[in-house]
Amino acid sequence: MSNIPDDLSYTKEHEWVAGIDDGITVTIGITAFAAEALGDVVFVQLPDAGSVIEAGDSVGEVESTKSVSEIYSPVGGEVVEINQALVDDPSLANSDPYGDGWMFRVRVDGDPKDLLTPEEYTALTSGDS
Amino acid sequence: MSRPTPLRDVHEALGATLTDFAGWLMPLRYGSESAEHNAVRQAAGLFDLSHMGEIFVTGPQAAEALDYALVGHLSALATGRARYTMIVDERGGVLDDLIVYRLGDEEFMVVANASNYPKVDAELKNRAKSYDAVVEDRSEQYALIAVQGPRAQEILATLTDADLAGLKYYAGLPGVVDGRQALIARTGYTGEDGFELFVANEDAVPLWHALTSAGAPYGIKPAGLSSRDTLRLEAGMPLYGNELSAELTPFDAGLGRVVKFDKPGDFVGRSALEAVKDTAPARRLVGLVARGRRVPRHGYPVTKDGAVVGEVTSGAPSQTLGKPIALAYVDTGVSEGLAVDIRGSQEPVDLVELPFYRRNK
Repeated sequence: MSNIPDDLSYTKEHEWVAGIDDGITVTIGITAFAAEALGDVVFVQLPDAGSVIEAGDSVGEVESTKSVSEIYSPVGGEVVEINQALVDDPSLANSDPYGDGWMFRVRVDGDPKDLLTPEEYTALTSGDS
Repeated sequence: MSRPTPLRDVHEALGATLTDFAGWLMPLRYGSESAEHNAVRQAAGLFDLSHMGEIFVTGPQAAEALDYALVGHLSALATGRARYTMIVDERGGVLDDLIVYRLGDEEFMVVANASNYPKVDAELKNRAKSYDAVVEDRSEQYALIAVQGPRAQEILATLTDADLAGLKYYAGLPGVVDGRQALIARTGYTGEDGFELFVANEDAVPLWHALTSAGAPYGIKPAGLSSRDTLRLEAGMPLYGNELSAELTPFDAGLGRVVKFDKPGDFVGRSALEAVKDTAPARRLVGLVARGRRVPRHGYPVTKDGAVVGEVTSGAPSQTLGKPIALAYVDTGVSEGLAVDIRGSQEPVDLVELPFYRRNK
């Protein structure tokens, strides 16, 4: 069973969102479940820092040995920081998906889209694991 | 429902990610597929290939029947040797690529791809009708375990008295491995030295465990289909359904050398292949290396100055080269200024000679 920290929010697209409670700046990454399903991540394309994105937009992609998946932003706002270390070493998405493998930070503008609680995300992933 | 191999419980106990492949439930990877790939290049990998088909052709005219049914010259094959060959239709289209082992004067084993062996079995039965030969699909009785990598011989030698050092590449002999009857073949699909062990289904699990134990000091790792695919891609080996299909002749795939026109008698596809053997095909199979990090994948267009000049058949990140690589059919004569259209973005690639990787012998 994948690790699903109970202090994060989640999306149906298998991303995690940290810091949603203070409503200012959130951090987004892919879950351990997603990283395991993808296999070894070899390439990550992230949105440009400074760009303004809408909730639900496709803002990048995660590519593994066997497949490629789009990254959908669960929140709208300005991208204030991206994880250059992840771009340089995409395997961080596998080795530390909730830590050093974070993807980007957004200064939130508006309501986030369809976030799941840890319990809901656990239910989602235990159904198709 | 996918069919399990005799090793399914072993794969599950190892935590494998299982996937459907050609109707079989197969291990895709056990952990990191990159680590599995590197283990095969540097030490050894252990593969379950029990989905492959084993079709036996026996009888006084088994050799003649295969000469007629396949493009290769199998009657010229010495007992104990193996040959890479193909079965084509009347139009010369490839129905499957095969390895044929000659086990005796009147006994051959044809190893076919999982997706194709029922079709190959039916075709062989049909084509052997007028010969004194019996075609029998024994795929259900056999498991196939491969040990591939530079340490494969040392590992296998701890479990058998068979003369492995004397066993040449593309040769096979019956032997005893860990007390079990096996056909020991020096063949593979990884670009490394290695062995394929054909054993009865009930011997698969104990043999797997014996190889795991014997290989532990050498760094053996169980390896899944994901690494098998990247290994064969680096070695420039075609995969049926990607580089090979019934719409292409062996010449289209750059493998015209497997067609033996100088063998005696007619064979299925001869006249169609005679007609195209000296004509350059419109497209040829080439290797591409990406300059960037995005991966060209099956079905992506190859472009030059915005125009489509080919199509990717297989692509993956290459562990050995550290860059994405691909096989592609590209218009004959076009070799410079190429790109692959990766989801709308033209990513530059360089055309290279195949294979991408060749082991040091």
